Amino acid sequence: MKLDARVPGGPLADKWSRLRNDLKLVSPANKRKRSIIVVGTGLAGGAAAAALGELGYKVTAFCYQDSARRAHSIAAQGGINAAKNYQNDGDTIYRLFYDTIKGGDYRSREANVYRLAEVSNAIIDHCVAQGIPFAREYGGYLANRSFGGAQVSRTFYARGQTGQQLLLGAYASLNAQVAAGNVTVRPRTEMLDLVVIDGRARGVVTRDLVSGAVECHVGDAVLLATGGYSNVYFLSTNAKGCNVTAIWRAFKRGAAFANPCYTQIHPTCIPQAGDYQSKLTLMSESLRNDGRVWVPKAVGDQREPGDIPEAERDYYLERIYPSFGNLVPRDVASRNAKKACDEGRGVGPGRRGVYLDFADAIGRLGEHVIRARYGNLFDMYQMITGENPYRVPMRIYPAPHYTMGGLWVDYYLMSTIPGLFVLGEANFSDHGANRLGASALMQGLADGYFIIPYTLGEYLAGAKLEAVGAGHDVCRSVVAEVEARTAKLLAINGSRTVDSLHRELGMLMLDECGMSRTAPGLTAAIEKIRSLRDSFWSDVRVPGEGADLNQELEKAGRVADHLELAELMCRDALQRNESCGGHFREEYQTEEGEALRDDQNFTNVTVWEHGGGDAPPRQHTEDLIFETVHPTQRSYK
Amino acid sequence: MKLTLHVWRQRNPADAGAFATYELEDVSTHMSFLEMLDVLNQDLIAKGEEPIAFEHDCREGICGSCGFMVNGVAHGEQPGVTVCQLHMRHFKDGDEVTIEPWRAKAFPIIKDLVVDRSAFDRIMHAGGFITVRTGSAPDANAIPITTENVEHAMDFAECIGCGACVASCPNGAAMLFVGAKIAHLGLLPQGQPERAARALRMVEAMEREAFGACSNFRACEAVCPKEISISGIARMNKDFRRVALAGPAPARGKRR
Amino acid sequence: MSHSAGFLGSTLGKKVLMAVTGIILFGFVLGHMLGNQQIYLGAERLNHYAELLQANQALLWAVRSVLLFCVAVHIVAAVQVWLRSRAARPVRYRVFRPPAVDYAARTMVWSGPIIALFIIFHLLDLTVGSAHPNYIRGDVYHNVIASFSQPVVALVYVAANLLLAFHLYHGLWSLFQTIGWDHPRFGFVRRAVAVLFAVLIGAGNIAIPLAVLTGVVR
Repeated sequence: MKLDARVPGGPLADKWSRLRNDLKLVSPANKRKRSIIVVGTGLAGGAAAAALGELGYKVTAFCYQDSARRAHSIAAQGGINAAKNYQNDGDTIYRLFYDTIKGGDYRSREANVYRLAEVSNAIIDHCVAQGIPFAREYGGYLANRSFGGAQVSRTFYARGQTGQQLLLGAYASLNAQVAAGNVTVRPRTEMLDLVVIDGRARGVVTRDLVSGAVECHVGDAVLLATGGYSNVYFLSTNAKGCNVTAIWRAFKRGAAFANPCYTQIHPTCIPQAGDYQSKLTLMSESLRNDGRVWVPKAVGDQREPGDIPEAERDYYLERIYPSFGNLVPRDVASRNAKKACDEGRGVGPGRRGVYLDFADAIGRLGEHVIRARYGNLFDMYQMITGENPYRVPMRIYPAPHYTMGGLWVDYYLMSTIPGLFVLGEANFSDHGANRLGASALMQGLADGYFIIPYTLGEYLAGAKLEAVGAGHDVCRSVVAEVEARTAKLLAINGSRTVDSLHRELGMLMLDECGMSRTAPGLTAAIEKIRSLRDSFWSDVRVPGEGADLNQELEKAGRVADHLELAELMCRDALQRNESCGGHFREEYQTEEGEALRDDQNFTNVTVWEHGGGDAPPRQHTEDLIFETVHPTQRSYK
Repeated sequence: MKLTLHVWRQRNPADAGAFATYELEDVSTHMSFLEMLDVLNQDLIAKGEEPIAFEHDCREGICGSCGFMVNGVAHGEQPGVTVCQLHMRHFKDGDEVTIEPWRAKAFPIIKDLVVDRSAFDRIMHAGGFITVRTGSAPDANAIPITTENVEHAMDFAECIGCGACVASCPNGAAMLFVGAKIAHLGLLPQGQPERAARALRMVEAMEREAFGACSNFRACEAVCPKEISISGIARMNKDFRRVALAGPAPARGKRR
Repeated sequence: MSHSAGFLGSTLGKKVLMAVTGIILFGFVLGHMLGNQQIYLGAERLNHYAELLQANQALLWAVRSVLLFCVAVHIVAAVQVWLRSRAARPVRYRVFRPPAVDYAARTMVWSGPIIALFIIFHLLDLTVGSAHPNYIRGDVYHNVIASFSQPVVALVYVAANLLLAFHLYHGLWSLFQTIGWDHPRFGFVRRAVAVLFAVLIGAGNIAIPLAVLTGVVR
């Protein structure tokens, strides 16, 4: 497999503008004749569909939700970064770029990340023009906050609902294009396969989730903006419907998958309360500014937190990382919480939790100050747990939150299948091995509003695309495959529910391919995943029919793909003999227990190609070349 | 604790539908309402029955997917939450719980508790936006907006489009939903150029759907998980009246 | 279709029609109540007032036409809005307990028709006289005393005016909302205005039959 990232030449800061000078353009008359398929209507997909509609392309946008407004981008709380430097605190495009590269532990492509920082300002301009009510100062100008330990205040926010407001902005722009007749939205429609004709992506096969109809939709290019795959862990902060199917099906049709093992586990989530738990709720990381993390010193100490004297508490983050204390980065906080629980010192139901204690802060600042800072978070905690965090310490535990890995794309956001573009969390491009807070929203919108409208034109202007119809032989055969798969799922009629198998997979993945990983653990996990996959295909029970709204059938298809992805994640984690960002291999750590990168051998992207049939996937690498920044080892001691 | 559920079951839009009764033992007070239904569904599948279809996605009260009537109240009796945020600790051992889908002509039932809310999308297509070409915006700080206005706009912008307002309105009206969007954009300077046209188009689109009229019952406001105020409806009324009575602005400018 | 026709065709427009006609009818009800307070000043004063109202027949009928027209528009719009709302929920809930639906709002739908019936009775009783036990044209004072001396009739008047007060309260508060007169600072003013006028008119009207019944006025 030839991997050409097609990064333009010239100095880093000029690459994107130089490329735009040279990109081929599609004439307005020809844009009308080009039909584009967009899958997913979150920030990346919604923005892309709207922006391409504005340009005059004929766009069809698909989403599994009942409305384009509900994609999971909506749940992002914190904010969106941009290098506006409105605070006059020294921010620049370069600094945003540098922080993102460093945050990604030097495992992302310089040129892509620089471009992301470069277009970040235009995103804010556009969103404000759309009517997004970002927080403002009393003078009427935009407010910013510092987020995720950044030294500058560059995060724009709309209460705790920034993702919601940005998504509603993209949805509004999409509506304008629907009204203009340029975009058709197909909600309650799930992509189940990709159609590749003559080596180019030319369409998708979808299932209408209400009627069960399996249909082929053809176009001149296909854009996947279908989000991440944290739900491979079953319990995550993602929406229940988030899934890997679209990109996994594309992978099986020839699109390469990059860095599948890079996942982000968020440290401050509300722990699991019981076996019935369906998802985990994230609370803002800002809680760690005033809360102190601790567990009992003694293994198996089951006393109430108030009964444990100060001397018998282990404020482990403060102990291990005296200079950063409770404010260590996400992955460090997450890993240490897991370690404490693995040692048998966890608290709460199931003993998978650690305390986040505000007693000192309340004593020092008063309850009213804490209430003013975190009142809504405390209320949310109380609503979910029934405990009053002003009185008893909160309990937190890490939860899978974001996946940095995804389909491999070049500088044009095109995958290894010509005509297949991948945007937002679904691609691997910008966050390396770890994503900074408030960067996901930025990336989704950058890809959708400001990158794909340019790079797609280059592809369409340069490609000779034969007209194809939905009755094309390839379409018919892919539709038949999808129907056969659906029929197979319904026919097994075994004894286990989809959820029980998914839960088992999730527990296994969290243990072996989550916050910390080991070679033996991963090797064993691969075997277990295979046998779980066999159980799935021999013993799953999917009730109901195919020609109907059938939520169990939807879940079954997604879990089947998660079961395949999980193995690839483990393989990827197993081959990456280093620790970096969210990927921590216990064998590779410094004496102080810090992640130990191996820049000599692993300054690269691992790119997996489907082996075809049951053959193992083929491994490739794209070397990362750092022309501008120089990788450094981080330390939080 | 033990619960008795009366759940509306309807196979498809054509089916007449009926209530089915389920007895649940061992419901944990820490469960969310939807997790309680998950557990019931697992049992139903094990027994070879079809699970109850209900809509849900984020399960943290922001996507607006979930929603049904719990004992006659949209999203249940807890104020300011969606049904995915409703926890079982608010129920007592032995309670009977009636679960019904949103009922409105404009929201036809698809299956069990799942309804079709695409009427909302059609209203939004008609005018729920500010027309701005990507890349054409001035600097974000070019137009200062008072915090008062932006916070007020945000109060309305929080709408999650769940449909509880319609479901709870004795008239099946969508005024709170439409009013919230019109108020959100109408309160911001960016929204002014299209303010009149937006009100006209969105209200006309709403009238084309089978929603009822506003009688100022204020049930919508009381059940709204985002606690959106009916003052948005007043703003919509005003904007619509002005434009509808005045007619479109006469074409200005010199003829060439 | 002209723009105003489009406006009036919408439920929002119909609500504005109800609000505008409601304001006119409200003005009438207020004037009517205030004028009738002259009953406490004796027969001569009240009958003189009645005579004054009847003095210019052309003007009287013009005013009556306007009121009748307003009533008709108010009722037609109300019925149209009600039918549309009924159609919006063809299948009822088994259990429906919408919170915060206040009593006055809920009663509008039947307080309206009952008040309409009451107005007809009231006209036949004290204007036309055909429903009156002993009607003397021109002697309004006598007619009122005679009518209200019948306990059942007096109670009908009391009950109807209680309903009217509720109707006015919700109507007044609603019309601010319908017209779009809404400012966060005036929120409580709207409610206060509605309560004040509803109580004023209700109390003013109810006091008369009670005064007759208890012999304060005879």
